Amino acid sequence: MEIGGSFYEKKFYSTCYMCACRCGIEVYTRNGKVTYIKGNDAHPLNRGVLCAKGSSGIMKEYSPARLRKPLLRTGPRGSGQFREIEWEEALEIAVKWIEEALRKNPATVAFFTGRDQMQAINGWFAQQLGTVNWAAHGGFCSVNVAAAGLLSTGYSFWEFGDPDFENTKYLMMIGVAEDHSSNPFKLGIQELKRRGGKLVFVNPVRWSYGAVADEWVPIKPGTDGAFILSLMHVLLKFDLIDWEFLKERTNAPYLVVQAPGSPQDGLFYRSDEGKPLVFDRKSDSFKPADRIVPENLDPAFTGEFETPEGFRVRPAFDIFAQRLVRDYSPERVEKITGIPARDIERIAKEMGVIALYDPLELPIPWTDVWGRRHRTTKGRPVSFHIMRGVASHTNGFHTARAVFLLKMLLGCVDTPGGHLAKPPYPKHIEDLPRPAKIRSLDELEAGKPLGGPHLGIPQNPDDLLVDAQGRPLRIDRAYSWEFPLAAHGCIQNVIPCAYRKDPYPLEVLIIYMANMAWNSSQEIPFILEALTARDPAGNYVIPRIITIDAFYSEQVAYSDLVLPDATYLEQWFALSLLDRPPSVAQGPVDALRQPVIDPKSEGLDVRPWGDVMVELGTRLKLPGFLNEDGTRKFRDFKDFLINWQPRPGVGALAGWRGRDGSSHFVGEPNPNQLEMYVRNRGFFHYRLPEHMRFNRHVNRDYLEWAKSVGFVKRTDPIIMNFYLEQLQTFRLAGLGLWQGENQPPNDPILRDRLVRFMDPLPFWYPPFEEELSGDEYPLYAFTVRPQWMYHSWDSQNAWLRQISTRNYLYMNPKTAERLGIKHLDWVWVESRVGKVKCQVYLTEATEPNSVWTWNAIGKMSGTWGLKPDAEEGREAFLLNHVIPHSLKTGTREFLYGDPVTGHLAWFDTKVKVYRAEDQSPRTEPAYAVEPLPYIRERWTGVLRYKP
Amino acid sequence: MPQFALVIDLNVCVGCHACAVNCKEWNTQASFGPLSDYDPYGREPQGVWFNRVLTYETGEFPHTQVFHLPKSCLHCQDAPCVPVCPTGASYKREQDGIVLVNYDDCIGCKLCSWNCPYGCREFDEIDKVMKKCTLCIDRIYDETLPPEHRKPACVLTCPAKARFFGDIEDPQSEAYRAIKERNAFVLLPGAETRPANHYLPKRETRIDLSEFEDRLLRSDNPLFAEILRRSRGSGVFGDTSEEVM
Repeated sequence: MEIGGSFYEKKFYSTCYMCACRCGIEVYTRNGKVTYIKGNDAHPLNRGVLCAKGSSGIMKEYSPARLRKPLLRTGPRGSGQFREIEWEEALEIAVKWIEEALRKNPATVAFFTGRDQMQAINGWFAQQLGTVNWAAHGGFCSVNVAAAGLLSTGYSFWEFGDPDFENTKYLMMIGVAEDHSSNPFKLGIQELKRRGGKLVFVNPVRWSYGAVADEWVPIKPGTDGAFILSLMHVLLKFDLIDWEFLKERTNAPYLVVQAPGSPQDGLFYRSDEGKPLVFDRKSDSFKPADRIVPENLDPAFTGEFETPEGFRVRPAFDIFAQRLVRDYSPERVEKITGIPARDIERIAKEMGVIALYDPLELPIPWTDVWGRRHRTTKGRPVSFHIMRGVASHTNGFHTARAVFLLKMLLGCVDTPGGHLAKPPYPKHIEDLPRPAKIRSLDELEAGKPLGGPHLGIPQNPDDLLVDAQGRPLRIDRAYSWEFPLAAHGCIQNVIPCAYRKDPYPLEVLIIYMANMAWNSSQEIPFILEALTARDPAGNYVIPRIITIDAFYSEQVAYSDLVLPDATYLEQWFALSLLDRPPSVAQGPVDALRQPVIDPKSEGLDVRPWGDVMVELGTRLKLPGFLNEDGTRKFRDFKDFLINWQPRPGVGALAGWRGRDGSSHFVGEPNPNQLEMYVRNRGFFHYRLPEHMRFNRHVNRDYLEWAKSVGFVKRTDPIIMNFYLEQLQTFRLAGLGLWQGENQPPNDPILRDRLVRFMDPLPFWYPPFEEELSGDEYPLYAFTVRPQWMYHSWDSQNAWLRQISTRNYLYMNPKTAERLGIKHLDWVWVESRVGKVKCQVYLTEATEPNSVWTWNAIGKMSGTWGLKPDAEEGREAFLLNHVIPHSLKTGTREFLYGDPVTGHLAWFDTKVKVYRAEDQSPRTEPAYAVEPLPYIRERWTGVLRYKP
Repeated sequence: MPQFALVIDLNVCVGCHACAVNCKEWNTQASFGPLSDYDPYGREPQGVWFNRVLTYETGEFPHTQVFHLPKSCLHCQDAPCVPVCPTGASYKREQDGIVLVNYDDCIGCKLCSWNCPYGCREFDEIDKVMKKCTLCIDRIYDETLPPEHRKPACVLTCPAKARFFGDIEDPQSEAYRAIKERNAFVLLPGAETRPANHYLPKRETRIDLSEFEDRLLRSDNPLFAEILRRSRGSGVFGDTSEEVM
């Protein structure tokens, strides 16, 4: 045994991709193999630490599930029968398929990019293809929170906003699944706890971060919205409201027209110049809202007024306050949520007094956009973190909206101790991108790039992607009348819609890093039917499926052409500010990945998707990939990262731009930019001066700086939307009162849906499944992933799977007793669409109306490089089998999403659970595919990793 | 005599297994590796881990508590694994109190693991020797590492900063101070092993609303009352106004 001495030959700085957090890593190698991965000490996001996922990256690199060469299907889909082909042949096939489809119509090519960390670039590639059909995985992940956040406060959660861990005294986590996000939150929670702050965990399950919570609020799934609204009821009752914040920063005092039946109803009362008005109590007159601060107005928050034109008008706050008072008393909400009224009242009071009366004042002078100089920066030390438990319901948008309104009432938006935005956010809400507009698929043609971004935030019905009859123009029905604010697209709808050829058939479906044949879809028996269905002529209904992935997944097994990707340790890659960046509240951060390992040395003929994208774009002669003279523009993806400019001077990476690397954010491409990142330990971090770190919605110096680097377009205050006038325009459309170009089809169910759910103020309603499943399916069922696999792409990982090779159905012992179920019994979990057999595990850390399990542990036997007898394919199970993919409202079928955004409502599922007659330890339904022959050869009895 | 040890703060440990996996990652490739994994892609994958995380649940719903206990060799001051070793392979170092196994002398008889009340020894079925936590002795004395990296891998990687490393006999050390200030405890104190590794207990933050009493007596908030009155008066809200509190 030798102790000490250098354990490596080379050290690389890069960015982790074992989950979604984008932490900085130091990767050490010896003999061309990775010896050790450590958190990057200098990286502002993870400050040297690294979670279980990041620490097991070595086993991803050397996984037996890795694909080694392009595959062309030879047997039927799902058989696992492929022929290995050379890259040249693979590229020729892909080009031919895509070219043929583009000639029919670019929309027949759909490109969906699940766990995409290069969305800005993949989206741009799809624009070059000319198709309207691109999105990443937001449709089942985050769109309710993102859309609600962007529309309410100009920024949202996660990559776009975090609690101010340095200063917060009270953190409420609502519906947070396991460790999302991982290292940044673990670092933050310990900071809060060491300072004696309070962590309140609102969740049906007390696991993960709940373990260290100071209080657990075991809420019934789908009722969080009622809980939040009730907290606000109490805040109003006890006058624990930051009135100054509401007055200066939000549109809460703006006057709303009360004229049912008129096209002005529910819109702001505006001056002739179009400025929203408030009622100033000082002068007893109507005044433009933008004079509130300059003239020190006293805008009315309550009351009803009559305008000279004879309109009745009420402040937005008044309408909402009445709703709070009427519908959300703690006593009433106790019956909905299962949380005792006295606890709701106490928690609201705790939040209120800490935000308003527990002084936090930082000695940081700053200047607001109105020119007022503030000697200090006042804090509101209450913060929030919200996630899937809020988002993944058919009432998720309004629940998320309620959280943003709660933040406004407490004034804890971008103030010390509150919830801070991460640059490039916040943004002016009216300036958010809108989806590139078309009115008909006939406007698309091969060789003509789409006129703008695929994704964005519609501000009114005319921004929807519908044809003259009101039918969806996107395959996933995003931005249709069904899902108007689908800010991230609806990846979950692609396979059902393509199968039904509704709104139209696809020719080529391209999937990058998404397991749509398995754990990223719902109702898997139906999905597998869709993927394998043939028309009367014997052709597949979804004609061509191309998948890009590094591993032998279920999706790969159901594909026609497979382009094997490299891992995160084998490629150049940018974690871009144009994407979901690794920024921190103190300033923007972007980062790079660099090749550490050469896959060829492992006998793998694989290529990074970025290189393949450049090659395909060039061969397809897509305009963005060619110089003006028609010659090739980018050598490879590294060259692309350096030289691609979606806007002049702006590229994938913001640091060290300009020929010599002397300018940041905006500047010419720098040929040595990536090397400069390498020298700076893999990332670029601009630390904002202290006076620009808070109150950024109205911080003059911040906004001027943000404009100078292109983060915002102007320096006006970013006024937050307490009242979402944008939604009212859709509601008016449902009433036939919208005077724009797009009109909803004459479908009373669809129109009612718009009227009911496009409410400019948040409200709570039961998840749709309540009515559909009724008393027959009494339990809520949902999934999370364990902390050691959350967001990781490889539960086949040799080390992580030693922590868990299988999942159970977790259940409260009292519930089990009532159902005659014992610990470790095998049971059927049945929803209205199907049933799955699994084993029960009793836990007191689950509220009695819920059952839950880990997602994506259950595998289709034969996939992911696991032996066919591995527990993942036998004892483990996939709850997705019983999660519906659609729902009915009256006679009309809708895909399974939130009626505002389309966010997949995968936590809405309701089930009944009963003991299985056959107690044999095997999940059902059972699916299997053949492992690839070379994967079988890689199975080793013993692994002894020491390069 | 110096005694190096880990002090683990259960008040912030979220049970994420980062310490266990990073330990595995470091040690399999370093001086005391490889750490064998058996049937890594098959039915019962199992391997040698120097550090494992146990999770417990206590109390009945809704008063449930969940806590995590990362567990590795406790480097006992009266280590019961040492005197039973027939070859002297298992030994406790005088200079720092670290308990180690000399693989060259280990005959794989497993007496030490039978005698460890904590189950913290890991037999490598391939090498046929006993392995265990070394407190990353190959990191803490490695002068080729930057000084701030001369700590056990689990301590450096812990995202919750729940792990302190140091000499628990040295009043100047962070570990010593944490033990004194935070009421640290050891596992199975009755076993008379005097474990060097300590744990810091959970503590719950409560907020005393009585401090803010004068602010909270205003349930007759005039604004609330006004909205309430208008709701009742308008008739718009009909019978629901009965339930308003």
